Amino acid sequence: MKIIKNIIKFGKITPVLLGLIAFSYCGKEKPAEAESSVGSKGIGPVTSVTLGTLDEGMAQKGKQNFETKCSACHKFEEKVVGPALKGVTERRTPEWIMNMILNPMEMTQKDPIAQELLAEHLTQMTFQNVQESEAREILEYLRKMDKK
Amino acid sequence: MILIGLGYGCKGGAATAALASDAAKRVYVAPGEKDEVYAFLSGGFSGQMSVYGIPSTRLFKIIPVFSVFPENGYGYDEETKNMLRTTNGYVPWDDSHHIEASMTDGKQDGRWLFMNANNSPRLARIDLRSFETKEIIEIPNSAGNHASPFATENTEYLMAATRFSVPIPQASVPIENFSKGDFKGTVSMVKVDPKSGRLSIELQILVPGFDYDLSHCGKGKSHDWCFFTSYNSEQAYKMIEVGASKNDKDYILAFNWVRAKQCLDQGKASNFGGEYYRNYLPENQPAISEKLSGVKMLQPKDCPGVMYYMPTPKSPHGTDVDPTGEYIVGGGKLATVIPVHSFSKLMDVKDKPEHRSGMIMDIPILKYESTLAGEVKKPCLGPLHTEFDGKGYAYTSCFVSSEVVKWELGTWEVEQHLPAYYSVGHLSIVGGSSKDPYGKYLIALNKITKDRYLPVGMELPQSAQLYDISGGKAELLSDFPTVGEPHYSQMIPAKLLMDKAAKIYPLEENKHPYAIKNEKDARVVREGNTVRVYMTQIRSHFKPDTIEVRSGDTVFFHVTNLEQDFDIPHGFAVGGAPEMPNLLIMPGQTRTFKWKAPKPGIYPFYCTDFCSALHQEMQQYIRVLP
Ligand SMILES: [Cu+2]
Repeated sequence: MKIIKNIIKFGKITPVLLGLIAFSYCGKEKPAEAESSVGSKGIGPVTSVTLGTLDEGMAQKGKQNFETKCSACHKFEEKVVGPALKGVTERRTPEWIMNMILNPMEMTQKDPIAQELLAEHLTQMTFQNVQESEAREILEYLRKMDKK
Repeated sequence: MILIGLGYGCKGGAATAALASDAAKRVYVAPGEKDEVYAFLSGGFSGQMSVYGIPSTRLFKIIPVFSVFPENGYGYDEETKNMLRTTNGYVPWDDSHHIEASMTDGKQDGRWLFMNANNSPRLARIDLRSFETKEIIEIPNSAGNHASPFATENTEYLMAATRFSVPIPQASVPIENFSKGDFKGTVSMVKVDPKSGRLSIELQILVPGFDYDLSHCGKGKSHDWCFFTSYNSEQAYKMIEVGASKNDKDYILAFNWVRAKQCLDQGKASNFGGEYYRNYLPENQPAISEKLSGVKMLQPKDCPGVMYYMPTPKSPHGTDVDPTGEYIVGGGKLATVIPVHSFSKLMDVKDKPEHRSGMIMDIPILKYESTLAGEVKKPCLGPLHTEFDGKGYAYTSCFVSSEVVKWELGTWEVEQHLPAYYSVGHLSIVGGSSKDPYGKYLIALNKITKDRYLPVGMELPQSAQLYDISGGKAELLSDFPTVGEPHYSQMIPAKLLMDKAAKIYPLEENKHPYAIKNEKDARVVREGNTVRVYMTQIRSHFKPDTIEVRSGDTVFFHVTNLEQDFDIPHGFAVGGAPEMPNLLIMPGQTRTFKWKAPKPGIYPFYCTDFCSALHQEMQQYIRVLP
């Protein structure tokens, strides 16, 4: 039932997505729009994040939340259910990462990178009832892991 | 023909049910739009409660209450099976009749619903955030809990009275002793904690051995009182159909619950036996089942002024109090009038000897005319139950002539006959039993459905009919099949409930003793021949994903759904498990599947609620070793 819901929403979306479907199901080329979105802040409540030097306390809180709410699907070194997260803070903007945590449904419907990731991994990322401040802490933990 | 001859206005039966000309438009709720009202219908012999949207009459949900529900595991898993414990053991079914909505100042407040079980006397509380059954209490010293659960104005108490009088305390006496007064009834005052909703039996009152049928409590000026109908004042015990229909009048029992509480506080009630269970389901934890013993019992003779009998023609069913609290409408199912008692007159005459015609068990019987406000003459055949629209009109269901009559309070004139098909029992108006009816919709809850729908074998679904009562004349809009017998209903405006409906169980608040909140903690722990599997679920996998146990082990799968996303439960089912059905585990919830490991082999387990593109991959194996 839920997957049908997703597909219906899928069907409604922009040509970007149609291109993406064509790509994922027919092996055609990647739509150009996806490329142009690199550096994007994504879609969601977070429009601007200022990063300082790594905050160990925040990262520690982020780790706890990550383990409860994210680690069932994400590892750092290998793809499990979702993509491997090693280097994610270098690949994506901080805003994009937080929006993906806070607003995964709309992101996979409208954001070209998220759409592409859904086509690759085929499991809708779940919203885990994470508050914005908690998402910021998780981001800090991801930064810390990338600095290792 | 006979009806016309008798001068009743209706021509009877489904053939004349005129449909509003634009009915389809008025019940149409476009895709994505929401209904205006929630209708909660009791399921009668199904033991459950069903939730419909009005005006679309779409079925949204069945809430398991008194009967097991294999669809989601209610009554089977380690968390909910204790909800169905009684002094007779585990009773996985009941016969549920009336639904009451919690009220504050006589108005629906959207916190809880209550429903009775007639067979094994019980009362349930359903939480209106989660739409789940949270508490079930057994009623001791009762046989057949029918006249319940009717709430006082601020939900201080729920009333519960005995349908089948029996010896109290129970004893094996000759059945013919019924007519010698050896059988009794009880009225129970079940206290509702205003914060938590927790239920407790505060007091019982021993009453004469009639059959107590229905009740409603007062409001406004009649706040202190509740009214109970009784039939079989003849105390017949053979061929009751005939024997209990002899007296021209039976009684409405007027009960002053504030006075009863006063007498309790003054020490006038005595300790009495009676064992009962109270089963409570804390938020996301296993149900706590307590066996309690003994009640406080009050005898009417020790508490003058606590009860009065108002004679009421004839074998009355409904006793319904209008929104002002002044009128108490009887539904004499064998009567040719609808009698209406006046609360003010009752207050005026109750303690004047010249207005009394006798006593039963020290309860004064008042004269019929002394409390009568008026009679609706020749309304229909078999008037049963009345609801109010808040605009000065009452609607009474008529079982025998299959119709609803609309009449005016005060003039007692019939305004309209609305044909119903077939054999209508209770009615429900949105907020119609409260102080403040919303008044727009009326549903008639019908017992029989002959020729309305495609035939499906010998039994047809029971049904309900929806009318619009907002204009001058009530109009039929639609009809719909129901789940089980739609015995009574409460309808609540959607705006009171929809925004506070729960979406998830927050993981951080999960206090289940066997919850794990992290896939890292997933593990299998052996304690002798018992194996505990601490398991997680998230789209689209389980952890641990492969399990080994030994044949004969008792295995507890404590499954926590790690999702925190609205509307993403996961299922849990094990191949060939003879004692357990499916479990549906809500986001953030922990539930336990108990499994006796069978003969050696490989047994699959899997998710049953289609959850994601990889749902079909949400499957794993248990190996059973010799
Ligand atoms: Cu699943």
